[in-house]
Amino acid sequence: MRAIEGKEIKERIKALCLEANFFLRADVFAALREAQVQEENKLAKLALSEIVKNAQIAREQKKPICQDTGHVTIFLEVGNEVHIVTDDLKMEINQGVSEAYIEGNLRKSIVTDPLFSRKNTLNNTPPSIYFENVPGEKIKITVFPKGGGSDNASSLKMLKPSDGLDGFKKFVLEEVKKNAPFACPPLVVGIGVGGSFDSVGILAKKALLEPLGRVNQDKKLQRLEEEILKEINQLGIGPNALGGKVTALAVHIRCFPTHMASLPVALNLSCHALRSARTIL
Amino acid sequence: MNLKLNTPLSDEKVKKLRAGERIFLSGIVYTARDAAHKRFFEAIKKGLPLPIDLKDQVIFYASPTPPKEGEVIGSIGPTTSARMDLYTPLLLGRGLKGMIGKGPRSKEVQEAIKKHRAIYLIATGGAAAYLAQFVVSSEIACYEDLGPEAILKLRLKDFPLVVAIDSLGKQVFPYRVEL
Repeated sequence: MRAIEGKEIKERIKALCLEANFFLRADVFAALREAQVQEENKLAKLALSEIVKNAQIAREQKKPICQDTGHVTIFLEVGNEVHIVTDDLKMEINQGVSEAYIEGNLRKSIVTDPLFSRKNTLNNTPPSIYFENVPGEKIKITVFPKGGGSDNASSLKMLKPSDGLDGFKKFVLEEVKKNAPFACPPLVVGIGVGGSFDSVGILAKKALLEPLGRVNQDKKLQRLEEEILKEINQLGIGPNALGGKVTALAVHIRCFPTHMASLPVALNLSCHALRSARTIL
Repeated sequence: MNLKLNTPLSDEKVKKLRAGERIFLSGIVYTARDAAHKRFFEAIKKGLPLPIDLKDQVIFYASPTPPKEGEVIGSIGPTTSARMDLYTPLLLGRGLKGMIGKGPRSKEVQEAIKKHRAIYLIATGGAAAYLAQFVVSSEIACYEDLGPEAILKLRLKDFPLVVAIDSLGKQVFPYRVEL
């Protein structure tokens, strides 16, 4: 067994929250530069140039890329041969988020008691935390802060098997058409298909974390992603919803086996400021 | 055309602007988002006065990140305007003249903008570190207890915007959205 201190995990999470919010991922930055070249609508092109400048300023000044520094989702892939030394790992994780958001001057966006008081927790906790057991003696930590506007534009539907591939495509395109203008396009579209009501949303979220420009190992899914991306980019919503041809930078689909009665689909839209950071310890 | 515009607004200033024009806004604006709008709405419904006089003013749908030491403001960009749609016609009726946000508005808001000869402007969403450069001062105006949703009084200098819905009710968005 390899022992890893809970405090170490806390420190790493704190650093990852800051990294994700200040430094736009290289793959996302490259996709935005490419969009700048592709886009022909004048106002949309101008918006893209501001988005690119923004990422550069954020990096140089260590200033948040977006004022919405997000709700934080954290994935921990923990090796079976790791012993985490702590009384309360969840508390360490919360503490890491809290310190990053308070000391790093990130915005605190989380409110408690959603239906009633909606009082701000003032430290951006609690995050969503997902643990996964994997072989080995390492821990991989992924921190994924995501803005409220683009999460609001996301949707989940339990389709019927008879809806099939056509029903799936129809649902995805209708939802993107309806919601993309409010989610800070150009978007990255994460789609989960299969599993169950609870797991399909996580699939969609994980699909967003796959690097832009990657090739889907499943050839049929790769073709489907390309087809859907093409159709989304014909909707004419465009950067900052001003019209134009780059409504989405990428579509990522993740599938999982499901019940014979079901066809769950989750669509998690990300704004152009797709922020995440990852470390292995 | 690149136009300069100063707050407070007036019928004269607003009526010249057309959807799709690029403008640079200077002067005082107030931030307000979900929770502050709800309070405005409840105050108006109860016949109570609002803590700020909205006549000819501009509301910016935003709440910035906290400033680092020595900074005027943290990162600040627009939030989704459509979430404020329910409250907007009432505020336009109270003299509100302009709004800064992002994304399309409901048909009701579009009509209210036309009726009250107001203007809806958009900034680039998610360009908050860039946009912060055009804010020259910031102070809390009211609703401090709302924390990050408190109303701030900002002074802008040449803040880059696009006219999204003009006083004739014409909009820049070249597609239809059901809201």
